[in-house]
Amino acid sequence: MKVSRLSVSDVTVSFGGLRALEKVNLELDDNQLLGFIGPNGAGKTTLMRVIMGLIRPQSGTVCLNGTDITKLPTVQRVHAGLALGQQIVKPLRQMSLLDNVALAVGGQKLLSPLHALFARSRNVERDTASSLLERVGLGTEMQKRPNEVPLGHLKRLEVARALALRPELLLLDEPLAGLSKPEASAMADLIAGLPRSGLSVILIEHNLPEVMRVCPNIYVQANGRGLALGPADEIMAMPEVRQAYLGKDV
Amino acid sequence: MDYEIVVLTNMAIGILFALSLNVITGFCGQVSLGHAAFLGIGAYTSAILTKAGWPLVATFLPAMAMAALVGLVVGMASLRVRHDFLAITTMGVVFLFTGIVRKQDFLGGEIGIAGIPAPDFGRPGLLVMALACVLLYLIFTIRIRKSWAGFAYDSIAEDEDTARLLGVNVPRFKLFAFVAGTAGAGLAGALYAHQVRFIGPDSFGFVESISVLAMVIVGGIGSIWGVILAAAALSALPQFFQIIDDFKLLVYGLLLFGAMRFAPDGVDGLLRRLFQRGTAP
Repeated sequence: MKVSRLSVSDVTVSFGGLRALEKVNLELDDNQLLGFIGPNGAGKTTLMRVIMGLIRPQSGTVCLNGTDITKLPTVQRVHAGLALGQQIVKPLRQMSLLDNVALAVGGQKLLSPLHALFARSRNVERDTASSLLERVGLGTEMQKRPNEVPLGHLKRLEVARALALRPELLLLDEPLAGLSKPEASAMADLIAGLPRSGLSVILIEHNLPEVMRVCPNIYVQANGRGLALGPADEIMAMPEVRQAYLGKDV
Repeated sequence: MDYEIVVLTNMAIGILFALSLNVITGFCGQVSLGHAAFLGIGAYTSAILTKAGWPLVATFLPAMAMAALVGLVVGMASLRVRHDFLAITTMGVVFLFTGIVRKQDFLGGEIGIAGIPAPDFGRPGLLVMALACVLLYLIFTIRIRKSWAGFAYDSIAEDEDTARLLGVNVPRFKLFAFVAGTAGAGLAGALYAHQVRFIGPDSFGFVESISVLAMVIVGGIGSIWGVILAAAALSALPQFFQIIDDFKLLVYGLLLFGAMRFAPDGVDGLLRRLFQRGTAP
Protein backbone atom coordinates (compact mmCIF):
# COMPACT_ATOMS: atom_id res chain seq x y z
CA MET A 1 0.00 0.00 0.00
CA LYS A 2 1.27 3.43 -0.85
CA VAL A 3 1.80 5.70 2.14
CA SER A 4 0.97 9.39 1.83
CA ARG A 5 3.69 11.92 2.56
CA LEU A 6 1.16 13.86 4.62
CA SER A 7 -2.20 12.76 5.89
CA VAL A 8 -4.41 15.11 7.90
CA SER A 9 -7.62 13.48 9.16
CA ASP A 10 -10.62 15.11 10.79
CA VAL A 11 -8.62 17.92 12.39
CA THR A 12 -10.70 20.30 14.46
CA VAL A 13 -9.36 23.42 16.18
CA SER A 14 -11.29 25.97 18.23
CA PHE A 15 -10.03 29.19 19.77
CA GLY A 16 -12.49 29.88 22.55
CA GLY A 17 -15.85 29.90 20.80
CA LEU A 18 -14.37 30.29 17.34
CA ARG A 19 -14.11 27.18 15.17
CA ALA A 20 -10.94 27.76 13.18
CA LEU A 21 -10.85 24.31 11.60
CA GLU A 22 -13.74 21.86 11.32
CA LYS A 23 -12.96 18.22 10.49
CA VAL A 24 -10.33 19.08 7.92
CA ASN A 25 -8.88 16.29 5.77
CA LEU A 26 -5.90 16.57 3.47
CA GLU A 27 -3.74 13.98 1.71
CA LEU A 28 -0.53 14.67 -0.13
CA ASP A 29 1.77 12.31 -2.02
CA ASP A 30 5.49 12.47 -2.54
CA ASN A 31 7.01 14.80 -5.13
CA GLN A 32 4.03 17.17 -5.22
CA LEU A 33 3.53 20.90 -5.23
CA LEU A 34 0.14 21.72 -3.78
CA GLY A 35 -1.27 25.23 -3.87
CA PHE A 36 -3.31 26.01 -0.78
CA ILE A 37 -5.75 28.89 -1.19
CA GLY A 38 -8.72 30.36 0.59
CA PRO A 39 -10.04 33.74 1.69
CA ASN A 40 -8.67 35.50 4.75
CA GLY A 41 -9.73 33.76 7.92
CA ALA A 42 -10.14 30.41 6.17
CA GLY A 43 -7.79 28.76 8.65
CA LYS A 44 -4.88 28.21 6.27
CA THR A 45 -2.16 29.33 8.66
CA THR A 46 -3.91 27.51 11.51
CA LEU A 47 -3.71 24.25 9.55
CA MET A 48 -0.01 24.84 8.85
CA ARG A 49 0.59 25.46 12.53
CA VAL A 50 -1.28 22.29 13.43
CA ILE A 51 0.89 20.31 11.02
CA MET A 52 4.03 21.85 12.59
CA GLY A 53 2.83 21.20 16.13
CA LEU A 54 2.63 24.88 17.07
CA ILE A 55 -1.10 24.42 17.74
CA ARG A 56 -2.59 21.25 19.20
CA PRO A 57 -5.89 20.24 17.59
CA GLN A 58 -8.88 19.36 19.79
CA SER A 59 -9.40 16.26 17.69
CA GLY A 60 -8.04 14.58 14.58
CA THR A 61 -4.62 13.28 13.58
CA VAL A 62 -1.65 14.35 11.50
CA CYS A 63 0.52 11.63 9.93
CA LEU A 64 3.86 12.11 8.19
CA ASN A 65 4.94 9.19 6.00
CA GLY A 66 2.34 7.03 7.72
CA THR A 67 3.56 7.82 11.25
CA ASP A 68 1.20 9.59 13.62
CA ILE A 69 2.95 12.80 14.72
CA THR A 70 -0.07 14.46 16.35
CA LYS A 71 1.51 14.38 19.80
CA LEU A 72 5.11 15.13 18.83
CA PRO A 73 6.64 18.48 19.82
CA THR A 74 7.65 20.84 17.01
CA VAL A 75 11.37 20.20 17.25
CA GLN A 76 10.89 16.47 16.77
CA ARG A 77 8.64 17.09 13.78
CA VAL A 78 11.39 19.23 12.28
CA HIS A 79 13.84 16.38 12.72
CA ALA A 80 11.26 13.97 11.29
CA GLY A 81 11.20 15.93 8.02
CA LEU A 82 8.85 18.89 8.35
CA ALA A 83 9.83 22.49 7.69
CA LEU A 84 7.90 25.75 7.75
CA GLY A 85 8.66 29.00 5.99
CA GLN A 86 6.70 31.54 8.00
CA GLN A 87 4.44 34.23 6.62
CA ILE A 88 6.11 36.91 8.74
CA VAL A 89 9.83 36.48 8.22
CA LYS A 90 11.72 35.76 11.41
CA PRO A 91 15.43 35.98 10.63
CA LEU A 92 17.87 35.80 13.52
CA ARG A 93 19.07 39.39 13.31
CA GLN A 94 22.24 38.97 15.34
CA MET A 95 23.84 36.64 12.80
CA SER A 96 24.72 36.73 9.10
CA LEU A 97 22.42 35.25 6.47
CA LEU A 98 24.99 32.49 6.06
CA ASP A 99 24.84 31.54 9.75
CA ASN A 100 21.04 31.76 9.76
CA VAL A 101 21.06 28.94 7.22
CA ALA A 102 24.11 27.10 8.62
CA LEU A 103 22.39 26.76 11.99
CA ALA A 104 19.48 24.95 10.37
CA VAL A 105 21.90 22.60 8.59
CA GLY A 106 23.26 21.58 12.02
CA GLY A 107 20.71 18.79 12.47
CA GLN A 108 21.78 16.40 15.20
CA LYS A 109 24.05 18.97 16.83
CA LEU A 110 20.98 20.96 17.80
CA LEU A 111 19.33 18.09 19.61
CA SER A 112 21.77 17.58 22.46
CA PRO A 113 23.82 20.26 24.26
CA LEU A 114 26.59 17.77 25.06
CA HIS A 115 26.84 16.79 21.43
CA ALA A 116 26.92 20.47 20.51
CA LEU A 117 29.64 21.21 23.06
CA PHE A 118 32.02 18.84 21.30
CA ALA A 119 31.32 20.18 17.83
CA ARG A 120 33.24 23.31 16.94
CA SER A 121 33.64 23.67 13.22
CA ARG A 122 30.85 25.21 11.17
CA ASN A 123 32.69 24.81 7.86
CA VAL A 124 30.72 21.88 6.47
CA GLU A 125 27.41 23.49 7.43
CA ARG A 126 28.49 26.84 6.02
CA ASP A 127 29.40 25.19 2.71
CA THR A 128 25.95 23.62 2.49
CA ALA A 129 24.37 26.90 3.57
CA SER A 130 26.25 28.89 0.97
CA SER A 131 25.12 26.58 -1.84
CA LEU A 132 21.52 26.90 -0.59
CA LEU A 133 21.82 30.68 -0.53
CA GLU A 134 23.24 30.59 -4.07
CA ARG A 135 20.26 28.50 -5.11
CA VAL A 136 17.77 31.07 -3.83
CA GLY A 137 19.76 33.91 -5.37
CA LEU A 138 21.39 35.34 -2.25
CA GLY A 139 24.91 34.25 -3.18
CA THR A 140 26.36 37.75 -2.98
CA GLU A 141 24.77 38.70 0.33
CA MET A 142 25.71 35.81 2.58
CA GLN A 143 27.85 37.81 4.94
CA LYS A 144 25.25 40.53 5.46
CA ARG A 145 23.03 40.81 8.50
CA PRO A 146 19.25 40.52 7.99
CA ASN A 147 18.87 44.25 8.74
CA GLU A 148 20.98 45.09 5.70
CA VAL A 149 18.85 43.35 3.07
CA PRO A 150 15.34 44.09 1.73
CA LEU A 151 12.21 42.10 2.59
CA GLY A 152 12.25 40.18 -0.68
CA HIS A 153 15.64 38.75 0.21
CA LEU A 154 14.50 37.85 3.72
CA LYS A 155 11.65 35.90 2.13
CA ARG A 156 14.23 33.95 0.16
CA LEU A 157 16.29 33.47 3.31
CA GLU A 158 13.21 31.93 4.93
CA VAL A 159 12.99 29.43 2.05
CA ALA A 160 16.73 28.67 2.17
CA ARG A 161 16.55 28.12 5.92
CA ALA A 162 13.60 25.75 5.56
CA LEU A 163 15.42 23.81 2.82
CA ALA A 164 18.48 23.58 5.07
CA LEU A 165 16.46 21.31 7.32
CA ARG A 166 16.41 18.76 4.46
CA PRO A 167 12.62 18.44 4.75
CA GLU A 168 10.43 15.80 3.20
CA LEU A 169 7.47 18.13 3.45
CA LEU A 170 7.98 21.86 3.15
CA LEU A 171 5.20 24.25 4.16
CA LEU A 172 5.51 27.75 2.77
CA ASP A 173 3.16 30.36 4.20
CA GLU A 174 2.71 33.24 1.75
CA PRO A 175 6.28 33.43 0.49
CA LEU A 176 5.21 35.84 -2.28
CA ALA A 177 3.42 38.34 -0.03
CA GLY A 178 4.99 41.78 -0.07
CA LEU A 179 7.12 41.07 -3.12
CA SER A 180 7.11 43.07 -6.33
CA LYS A 181 5.70 41.37 -9.43
CA PRO A 182 9.06 40.28 -10.88
CA GLU A 183 10.28 39.20 -7.45
CA ALA A 184 7.12 37.17 -6.85
CA SER A 185 7.42 35.56 -10.23
CA ALA A 186 11.06 34.61 -9.60
CA MET A 187 10.15 33.21 -6.19
CA ALA A 188 7.30 31.18 -7.69
CA ASP A 189 9.69 29.74 -10.28
CA LEU A 190 12.09 28.82 -7.50
CA ILE A 191 9.31 27.07 -5.57
CA ALA A 192 8.08 25.28 -8.68
CA GLY A 193 11.53 23.74 -9.03
CA LEU A 194 11.65 22.36 -5.49
CA PRO A 195 9.49 19.20 -5.53
CA ARG A 196 11.41 16.04 -6.33
CA SER A 197 11.45 12.48 -5.14
CA GLY A 198 11.56 12.81 -1.35
CA LEU A 199 10.20 16.35 -1.14
CA SER A 200 6.68 17.68 -1.37
CA VAL A 201 5.71 21.32 -0.96
CA ILE A 202 2.52 23.00 0.23
CA LEU A 203 2.30 26.60 -0.89
CA ILE A 204 -0.16 28.91 0.85
CA GLU A 205 -0.64 31.97 -1.33
CA HIS A 206 -3.03 34.77 -2.09
CA ASN A 207 -1.30 35.53 -5.36
CA LEU A 208 -3.72 33.48 -7.50
CA PRO A 209 -2.11 34.02 -10.92
CA GLU A 210 1.23 32.70 -9.64
CA VAL A 211 -0.43 29.77 -7.84
CA MET A 212 -2.34 28.87 -11.01
CA ARG A 213 0.87 29.14 -13.01
CA VAL A 214 3.10 26.88 -10.90
CA CYS A 215 0.84 24.53 -8.92
CA PRO A 216 -0.54 21.48 -10.72
CA ASN A 217 -2.98 20.81 -7.87
CA ILE A 218 -4.87 23.13 -5.56
CA TYR A 219 -6.58 22.71 -2.21
CA VAL A 220 -9.20 25.26 -1.21
CA GLN A 221 -10.35 25.95 2.30
CA ALA A 222 -13.05 28.37 3.46
CA ASN A 223 -14.40 29.09 6.93
CA GLY A 224 -12.31 26.34 8.45
CA ARG A 225 -13.59 23.62 6.11
CA GLY A 226 -11.95 21.89 3.19
CA LEU A 227 -13.83 22.93 0.04
CA ALA A 228 -12.08 21.20 -2.82
CA LEU A 229 -8.88 19.45 -3.87
CA GLY A 230 -7.87 18.73 -7.43
CA PRO A 231 -6.22 19.96 -10.63
CA ALA A 232 -5.87 23.74 -10.69
CA ASP A 233 -8.09 24.50 -13.71
CA GLU A 234 -10.90 22.23 -12.56
CA ILE A 235 -10.82 23.70 -9.07
CA MET A 236 -10.99 27.27 -10.27
CA ALA A 237 -13.95 26.41 -12.51
CA MET A 238 -16.02 25.15 -9.57
CA PRO A 239 -18.79 27.61 -8.72
CA GLU A 240 -18.53 27.08 -4.93
CA VAL A 241 -14.80 27.86 -5.07
CA ARG A 242 -15.38 30.98 -7.10
CA GLN A 243 -18.04 32.08 -4.69
CA ALA A 244 -15.96 31.41 -1.58
CA TYR A 245 -12.82 32.90 -2.93
CA LEU A 246 -13.96 35.67 -5.19
CA GLY A 247 -17.29 36.57 -3.59
CA LYS A 248 -20.47 36.37 -5.65
CA ASP A 249 -20.05 34.65 -8.98
CA VAL A 250 -19.91 37.08 -11.85
CA MET B 1 49.85 41.13 51.87
CA ASP B 2 47.03 39.29 53.62
CA TYR B 3 44.60 42.04 52.73
CA GLU B 4 45.49 41.90 49.05
CA ILE B 5 45.00 38.15 49.08
CA VAL B 6 41.54 38.56 50.60
CA VAL B 7 40.60 41.17 48.00
CA LEU B 8 41.90 39.03 45.15
CA THR B 9 40.10 35.93 46.43
CA ASN B 10 36.84 37.88 46.67
CA MET B 11 37.38 39.08 43.12
CA ALA B 12 37.97 35.55 41.88
CA ILE B 13 34.81 34.31 43.63
CA GLY B 14 32.84 37.26 42.23
CA ILE B 15 34.09 36.51 38.72
CA LEU B 16 33.19 32.83 38.99
CA PHE B 17 29.73 33.72 40.32
CA ALA B 18 29.12 36.23 37.52
CA LEU B 19 30.42 33.87 34.81
CA SER B 20 27.97 31.25 36.05
CA LEU B 21 25.01 33.63 35.74
CA ASN B 22 26.32 34.67 32.34
CA VAL B 23 25.68 31.14 31.06
CA ILE B 24 22.00 31.36 32.04
CA THR B 25 21.22 35.01 31.40
CA GLY B 26 23.94 35.92 28.93
CA PHE B 27 24.14 32.90 26.65
CA CYS B 28 20.67 31.44 27.00
CA GLY B 29 18.81 34.73 27.53
CA GLN B 30 16.95 33.58 30.66
CA VAL B 31 16.87 36.40 33.20
CA SER B 32 17.45 35.12 36.72
CA LEU B 33 16.83 37.30 39.75
CA GLY B 34 17.55 34.51 42.21
CA HIS B 35 21.05 33.36 41.39
CA ALA B 36 22.37 33.95 44.93
CA ALA B 37 20.25 31.02 46.14
CA PHE B 38 22.59 28.68 44.28
CA LEU B 39 25.64 30.40 45.74
CA GLY B 40 24.00 29.70 49.08
CA ILE B 41 23.27 26.05 48.35
CA GLY B 42 26.91 25.50 47.42
CA ALA B 43 28.12 27.42 50.48
CA TYR B 44 25.91 25.52 52.95
CA THR B 45 26.70 22.13 51.39
CA SER B 46 30.43 22.75 51.47
CA ALA B 47 30.42 24.27 54.98
CA ILE B 48 28.49 21.35 56.47
CA LEU B 49 30.84 18.86 54.85
CA THR B 50 34.09 20.56 55.92
CA LYS B 51 32.72 20.91 59.43
CA ALA B 52 32.14 17.15 59.31
CA GLY B 53 35.80 16.72 58.52
CA TRP B 54 35.88 16.61 54.72
CA PRO B 55 38.76 18.36 52.98
CA LEU B 56 37.59 21.49 51.14
CA VAL B 57 38.49 20.21 47.67
CA ALA B 58 36.34 17.13 48.19
CA THR B 59 33.29 19.31 48.87
CA PHE B 60 33.44 21.04 45.48
CA LEU B 61 31.64 18.28 43.60
CA PRO B 62 28.83 17.82 46.16
CA ALA B 63 28.37 21.62 46.35
CA MET B 64 28.09 21.84 42.57
CA ALA B 65 25.82 18.80 42.41
CA MET B 66 23.40 20.12 45.05
CA ALA B 67 23.18 23.52 43.37
CA ALA B 68 22.79 21.92 39.95
CA LEU B 69 20.06 19.60 41.19
CA VAL B 70 17.98 22.49 42.49
CA GLY B 71 18.96 24.40 39.34
CA LEU B 72 17.53 21.57 37.25
CA VAL B 73 14.22 21.75 39.12
CA VAL B 74 14.05 25.53 38.73
CA GLY B 75 15.03 25.09 35.09
CA MET B 76 12.16 22.68 34.52
CA ALA B 77 9.74 25.13 36.09
CA SER B 78 11.20 27.87 33.90
CA LEU B 79 10.42 25.97 30.70
CA ARG B 80 6.81 27.03 31.08
CA VAL B 81 7.39 30.72 31.77
CA ARG B 82 9.12 33.43 29.81
CA HIS B 83 10.43 36.97 30.17
CA ASP B 84 8.88 38.88 33.11
CA PHE B 85 7.24 35.74 34.48
CA LEU B 86 10.56 33.95 34.49
CA ALA B 87 12.17 36.87 36.33
CA ILE B 88 9.46 36.72 38.99
CA THR B 89 9.71 32.92 39.28
CA THR B 90 13.48 33.06 39.79
CA MET B 91 13.05 35.90 42.29
CA GLY B 92 10.74 33.56 44.21
CA VAL B 93 13.53 30.98 44.34
CA VAL B 94 15.83 33.22 46.37
CA PHE B 95 13.06 34.13 48.84
CA LEU B 96 12.15 30.46 49.12
CA PHE B 97 15.79 29.58 49.78
CA THR B 98 16.32 32.12 52.56
CA GLY B 99 12.88 31.32 53.98
CA ILE B 100 13.61 27.61 54.21
CA VAL B 101 17.16 28.05 55.54
CA ARG B 102 15.94 30.33 58.35
CA LYS B 103 13.71 27.55 59.68
CA GLN B 104 16.24 24.70 59.58
CA ASP B 105 18.18 24.08 62.78
CA PHE B 106 20.75 21.87 61.09
CA LEU B 107 21.57 24.81 58.78
CA GLY B 108 21.96 27.12 61.76
CA GLY B 109 18.58 28.80 61.28
CA GLU B 110 18.64 32.60 61.55
CA ILE B 111 22.12 32.57 63.06
CA GLY B 112 23.78 30.67 60.26
CA ILE B 113 26.87 28.51 60.34
CA ALA B 114 29.93 29.86 62.15
CA GLY B 115 33.34 28.38 62.73
CA ILE B 116 33.75 27.01 59.22
CA PRO B 117 37.27 25.51 59.24
CA ALA B 118 40.01 27.48 57.53
CA PRO B 119 41.41 25.70 54.48
CA ASP B 120 44.49 23.60 55.37
CA PHE B 121 46.68 25.47 52.97
CA GLY B 122 45.83 28.94 54.31
CA ARG B 123 44.61 32.04 52.52
CA PRO B 124 47.17 31.99 49.68
CA GLY B 125 46.16 28.39 48.99
CA LEU B 126 42.49 29.38 48.85
CA LEU B 127 43.34 32.14 46.40
CA VAL B 128 45.20 29.71 44.16
CA MET B 129 42.27 27.33 44.34
CA ALA B 130 39.76 30.08 43.53
CA LEU B 131 41.86 31.17 40.56
CA ALA B 132 42.07 27.57 39.34
CA CYS B 133 38.28 27.24 39.59
CA VAL B 134 37.79 30.49 37.67
CA LEU B 135 40.19 29.31 35.00
CA LEU B 136 38.46 25.95 34.58
CA TYR B 137 35.00 27.52 34.46
CA LEU B 138 36.28 30.16 32.07
CA ILE B 139 37.58 27.47 29.71
CA PHE B 140 34.20 25.75 29.96
CA THR B 141 32.25 28.90 29.09
CA ILE B 142 34.59 29.74 26.22
CA ARG B 143 34.01 26.21 24.97
CA ILE B 144 30.25 26.80 25.04
CA ARG B 145 30.64 30.13 23.26
CA LYS B 146 32.84 28.76 20.48
CA SER B 147 30.99 25.50 19.90
CA TRP B 148 27.65 24.65 18.35
CA ALA B 149 26.15 25.00 21.81
CA GLY B 150 26.94 28.74 21.68
CA PHE B 151 25.50 28.87 18.16
CA ALA B 152 22.28 27.27 19.39
CA TYR B 153 22.17 29.58 22.44
CA ASP B 154 22.46 32.63 20.17
CA SER B 155 19.29 31.54 18.43
CA ILE B 156 17.43 30.74 21.67
CA ALA B 157 18.41 34.04 23.28
CA GLU B 158 17.10 35.96 20.28
CA ASP B 159 13.90 34.09 19.40
CA GLU B 160 13.19 30.70 20.87
CA ASP B 161 10.19 29.98 18.64
CA THR B 162 12.31 30.43 15.54
CA ALA B 163 15.10 28.36 17.13
CA ARG B 164 12.58 25.55 17.59
CA LEU B 165 11.52 25.72 13.94
CA LEU B 166 15.18 25.48 12.93
CA GLY B 167 15.49 22.22 14.85
CA VAL B 168 17.03 23.46 18.11
CA ASN B 169 15.90 21.37 21.07
CA VAL B 170 15.15 24.45 23.14
CA PRO B 171 14.07 22.79 26.43
CA ARG B 172 17.20 20.67 26.60
CA PHE B 173 19.51 23.58 25.91
CA LYS B 174 17.76 25.69 28.52
CA LEU B 175 18.04 22.95 31.15
CA PHE B 176 21.71 22.50 30.30
CA ALA B 177 22.28 26.24 30.82
CA PHE B 178 20.49 26.13 34.17
CA VAL B 179 22.48 23.09 35.33
CA ALA B 180 25.85 24.44 34.13
CA GLY B 181 25.16 27.92 35.53
CA THR B 182 23.88 26.84 38.93
CA ALA B 183 26.72 24.30 39.31
CA GLY B 184 29.17 27.17 38.76
CA ALA B 185 27.36 29.21 41.40
CA GLY B 186 27.55 26.23 43.77
CA LEU B 187 31.31 26.06 43.27
CA ALA B 188 31.62 29.79 43.94
CA GLY B 189 29.55 29.24 47.09
CA ALA B 190 31.91 26.54 48.38
CA LEU B 191 34.85 28.92 47.96
CA TYR B 192 32.91 31.82 49.47
CA ALA B 193 31.99 29.85 52.62
CA HIS B 194 35.67 29.18 53.32
CA GLN B 195 36.72 32.69 52.49
CA VAL B 196 34.38 34.38 54.98
CA ARG B 197 34.10 31.32 57.29
CA PHE B 198 30.68 32.41 58.47
CA ILE B 199 27.51 32.12 56.45
CA GLY B 200 23.91 33.00 57.21
CA PRO B 201 20.71 33.26 55.19
CA ASP B 202 21.26 36.99 54.66
CA SER B 203 24.47 36.34 52.74
CA PHE B 204 22.46 34.87 49.86
CA GLY B 205 19.44 37.08 49.47
CA PHE B 206 17.87 39.24 46.82
CA VAL B 207 20.53 41.97 47.13
CA GLU B 208 23.27 39.49 46.22
CA SER B 209 21.18 38.24 43.30
CA ILE B 210 20.81 41.79 41.99
CA SER B 211 24.52 42.47 42.53
CA VAL B 212 25.56 39.55 40.35
CA LEU B 213 22.97 40.48 37.72
CA ALA B 214 24.46 43.98 37.72
CA MET B 215 27.89 42.48 37.02
CA VAL B 216 26.54 40.57 34.02
CA ILE B 217 24.57 43.51 32.62
CA VAL B 218 27.23 46.13 33.22
CA GLY B 219 29.82 43.81 31.67
CA GLY B 220 27.65 43.19 28.62
CA ILE B 221 25.12 40.35 28.57
CA GLY B 222 26.76 37.27 27.10
CA SER B 223 30.23 38.81 26.80
CA ILE B 224 32.72 36.66 28.72
CA TRP B 225 35.48 39.29 28.98
CA GLY B 226 33.11 42.15 29.72
CA VAL B 227 31.53 40.17 32.55
CA ILE B 228 34.95 39.29 34.00
CA LEU B 229 35.94 42.95 33.93
CA ALA B 230 32.71 44.14 35.54
CA ALA B 231 32.73 41.37 38.15
CA ALA B 232 36.33 42.09 39.11
CA ALA B 233 35.64 45.82 39.45
CA LEU B 234 32.30 45.49 41.22
CA SER B 235 33.54 42.91 43.71
CA ALA B 236 36.73 44.85 44.51
CA LEU B 237 35.28 48.37 44.78
CA PRO B 238 33.18 47.78 47.93
CA GLN B 239 36.31 46.46 49.62
CA PHE B 240 38.33 49.57 48.84
CA PHE B 241 35.64 52.14 49.43
CA GLN B 242 33.53 51.67 52.53
CA ILE B 243 30.92 54.09 51.19
CA ILE B 244 30.20 51.84 48.18
CA ASP B 245 29.75 48.92 50.54
CA ASP B 246 27.36 50.94 52.71
CA PHE B 247 25.24 51.97 49.72
CA LYS B 248 25.73 48.78 47.73
CA LEU B 249 22.15 48.35 46.57
CA LEU B 250 21.91 52.02 45.58
CA VAL B 251 25.18 51.92 43.66
CA TYR B 252 24.37 48.66 41.90
CA GLY B 253 20.86 49.86 41.15
CA LEU B 254 22.21 53.04 39.59
CA LEU B 255 24.75 51.05 37.59
CA LEU B 256 22.03 48.71 36.35
CA PHE B 257 19.84 51.63 35.38
CA GLY B 258 22.73 53.44 33.73
CA ALA B 259 23.82 50.40 31.76
CA MET B 260 20.32 49.60 30.56
CA ARG B 261 19.56 53.19 29.61
CA PHE B 262 22.87 54.28 28.07
CA ALA B 263 24.81 51.12 27.21
CA PRO B 264 22.53 48.10 26.92
CA ASP B 265 25.45 46.07 25.61
CA GLY B 266 27.53 46.97 28.67
CA VAL B 267 31.24 47.65 28.99
CA ASP B 268 31.88 45.18 26.20
CA GLY B 269 29.73 47.19 23.78
CA LEU B 270 31.19 50.52 24.92
CA LEU B 271 34.75 49.31 24.41
CA ARG B 272 33.86 47.83 21.04
CA ARG B 273 32.36 51.13 19.85
CA LEU B 274 35.33 53.10 21.16
CA PHE B 275 37.73 50.72 19.46
CA GLN B 276 35.84 50.88 16.18
CA ARG B 277 35.83 54.68 16.28
CA GLY B 278 39.57 54.60 16.93
CA THR B 279 40.30 52.42 13.92
CA ALA B 280 37.76 53.87 11.51
CA PRO B 281 39.44 55.43 8.46
